[in-house]
Amino acid sequence: MDIKEQVIAIIAEQAVLEPSDVSPDSTLEDLGIDSLGLVESIFAIEEAFDISVPFNANAPEESDFDISSVASIIRGIETLIAEQKD
Amino acid sequence: MHRVVITGAGTINALGHNVPETLEAMREGRCGIGPIDIPDVDRLSIQIGGQVKGFEAEGLFNRQQIALYDRFTQFTLVAAREAIAQAGLEFSGDLAAKSGVVLGNSGGGMTTLDENYRSVYEAGKNRVHPFVVPKLMNNAAASHVSMEFNLKGPSFTVASACASSNHAMAQAFQMVRSGMAPVMITGGSESMLCFGGVKAWEGLRVMSKDACRPFSANRNGMVQGEGAGVFVFEEYDHARRRGAEILAEVAGFAMSSDAADIVMPSKQGAERAIAGALKDARLNPTDVCYINAHGTGTAANDKTECAAVADVFGAQADHLMISSTKSMHGHLIGGTGAVELLACIMALRDGVVAPTINYDEPDPECALDVVPNVAREAKVEAALSNAFAFGGLNAVLALKRI
Repeated sequence: MDIKEQVIAIIAEQAVLEPSDVSPDSTLEDLGIDSLGLVESIFAIEEAFDISVPFNANAPEESDFDISSVASIIRGIETLIAEQKD
Repeated sequence: MHRVVITGAGTINALGHNVPETLEAMREGRCGIGPIDIPDVDRLSIQIGGQVKGFEAEGLFNRQQIALYDRFTQFTLVAAREAIAQAGLEFSGDLAAKSGVVLGNSGGGMTTLDENYRSVYEAGKNRVHPFVVPKLMNNAAASHVSMEFNLKGPSFTVASACASSNHAMAQAFQMVRSGMAPVMITGGSESMLCFGGVKAWEGLRVMSKDACRPFSANRNGMVQGEGAGVFVFEEYDHARRRGAEILAEVAGFAMSSDAADIVMPSKQGAERAIAGALKDARLNPTDVCYINAHGTGTAANDKTECAAVADVFGAQADHLMISSTKSMHGHLIGGTGAVELLACIMALRDGVVAPTINYDEPDPECALDVVPNVAREAKVEAALSNAFAFGGLNAVLALKRI
């Protein structure tokens, strides 16, 4: 599984959907993921990729991590993995 | 002042996963205490407890709920579902706005704490699951009951160690009696049978390694239990109007503080709570046929409790029955008064007094009728339920047959 597939699998599990039902254009709201579900997804992503995601649930819009769509989350994670590799 | 009745009861504990199973075990004097099955039990010097066996969260809760509910919350919801189903109440409109949930609990999500301490201290991990706080906070159970049943009135958790449930039920009783709420969901729960929870109790050196034997001369300490008891307290006319089955009447209560010692009980503090409950319920000592004892099986509690009962009841003390069901289900700490209230309901409604099992030898310092080993049939008009907590905080409830 590549990064995109893994992230989609994590988000799909949180949304109780099949990965095929999660498109890159979907927003978390579309998928029915609430704030607690988002924090749990970020935890699962951190565990899966052994990275630290700079997300502050207190002020999501100020975080240096774009959660506006599944595609933006995947892009952010790809960047973090590249940055935190060494 | 309104009359307050119980129209629903639910439980899960070492004796059963519901009220009928639990009452059957109490009638038969069955022991729910045995070897505990938890991680690292071999590093504990106390290896017995009243553990809930055969409990599967799957099927009762969905995946997201399981991720969010500590074991004490799961127990509470199981008991609340049984109680509210029995009462046949649905909460909407004004009833929902005024009705609430007050539960007793002492340790909160101990399993959650234990698992996550292991993860960061033992396994050296630097990240914990985001639900740790919402799982371990000791109001979590009350909050989830309020959400599942749409209870929007006064809701909170009471923590007074071993008296938590009795204090919680006294609070709920007051709210219904005063007219503040037509219905209150109340009781309590505890799930402390995890490595850290048992290890902490070991430290006090008051735990028995083999059995809980309240009032018996050979008693050698308390045994921890786990589970929940939840009740529907309802205003009498409200219950009558809708034709609800009434299990018993809650007639009064009293609370007192020893203001003396953090662990040793005081006879005077217990006496004031017992006498206060009688007075509040307008009962004479001769009206009371049964007392569900705090009866922990420790040297200190049992003799102090018997002395307090003897002083309050005088000659009547020789005519009443007093039993400790902790001998069967163990000490549920913050949930104990709730599960023990079931024994009072059984005495009042069914005319069966639960026994004190494991009673081997009379103790001259506990010279009361402790209903040794075998349940007894008796017509019980009024009963008391005692709880005397560490910290010297006492709460006694008085119930009447209806």
